[in-house]
Amino acid sequence: MRALFFRDLALALRAGGGFGLGLAFFLIVVVLVPFSVGPQSALLTQIAPGVLWLGALLACLLSLDRLLAVDWEDGALDLLATSPLPLEGIVAVKAAAHWVTTGLPLVLAAPVLGVLLNLAPSGYGVLVLSLALGTPALSMIGAFGAALTVGIKRGGLLLSLLVLPLYVPTLIFGAEAARRAAEGLDSGTPLLLLAGITLAVLAAMPFAAGAVLRVNLR
Amino acid sequence: MELTVTDLAVGRGGVPVLAGVGFTLRAGQALVLRGPNGSGKTTLLRTVAGLQLPMAGTVAGADDRIAYAAHADGLKAALTVAENLRFWASVFGQSDIAPALAAFDLEELVDRPAGRLSAGQKRRLGLARLMVTGRDVWVLDEPTVSLDAASVALFAEAVRGHLARGGAALMATHIDLGIEAETLDVSGFRAAAAEMDAADEAFL
Repeated sequence: MRALFFRDLALALRAGGGFGLGLAFFLIVVVLVPFSVGPQSALLTQIAPGVLWLGALLACLLSLDRLLAVDWEDGALDLLATSPLPLEGIVAVKAAAHWVTTGLPLVLAAPVLGVLLNLAPSGYGVLVLSLALGTPALSMIGAFGAALTVGIKRGGLLLSLLVLPLYVPTLIFGAEAARRAAEGLDSGTPLLLLAGITLAVLAAMPFAAGAVLRVNLR
Repeated sequence: MELTVTDLAVGRGGVPVLAGVGFTLRAGQALVLRGPNGSGKTTLLRTVAGLQLPMAGTVAGADDRIAYAAHADGLKAALTVAENLRFWASVFGQSDIAPALAAFDLEELVDRPAGRLSAGQKRRLGLARLMVTGRDVWVLDEPTVSLDAASVALFAEAVRGHLARGGAALMATHIDLGIEAETLDVSGFRAAAAEMDAADEAFL
């Protein structure tokens, strides 16, 4: 398991691994929003938490189609399936590696990009906290979607359509927490709900993903 | 150790390909599958390896015993030869990759990224992976594709060593490896085409 995790990290960080793709996309979205909205800093402040959350979510989505497809194409997934590792564990570990290479950089970059969107000072702490709580769920749900569409040529479109509805609760509560904090309100409830969603996803999704992967390999 | 396949029927995409296949593989024994292209050798091997379910019949004694090697080697182009091999070794709970490197003459290539190997070298690395799994039963699908004569000899030597250590091998191959092996011609087990009744014909 640990070997698979570190292999995925090494692959993501080396040339052609796609590390930084999500981060670059996030950066582009957040940099372009002020240009498209116009020079109204009050409006920017108002929409900043939502834009940051949406940007992070789409950036996460962008890198999902390679999560299992690469291992499928070069035959490594078949070989892993005949190894002593359980498929549930394989999917969970790959989702964890995806989070470290995609979700974590987004969490760390969000406060810096918040400045570009004139985010209210009271919102930074909760924004980072909500992203840190929410992005693991995005990676795990994404791994489930990738397991569903593995083996389908150009499955990226289908993957996005399948995964987006499952991302909605995380987006609603994550953006809500960040918005309430930015407006100086208490954000405890949405944060707790966000954490609850993430925990439920982390507990259940590896088994669902393992089961669909087993069906898809056959 | 013994791998017993009884009355096995396998299919591809729901269509039966082979039926009534049965054989026993004992320690130190090699079994070579023969048959024309598309006769179901790969499907049979995938079923034995547990990658797909049999349509009927049983495969006994295969759990956690099989090292499978197919057309795709599962190599990562960005990782070096040693990293690729070390990864598979640790997945299978092993640590020593030196004998595998030596057996397939890969020692000079250890630090080269797998993406810059030739087809034959990649194949050798894919086969070297078998040796770091520590599993008894090698299930091999066309293992000698893109190997030159010298590499085929290395491979035959590796299989012979594996059999001498009490392992077993089940492989689909067309060339003679010079290993004492039984042969099973799968074309004799071709599944009868599913019979159509009148109701089906109406839709054809």
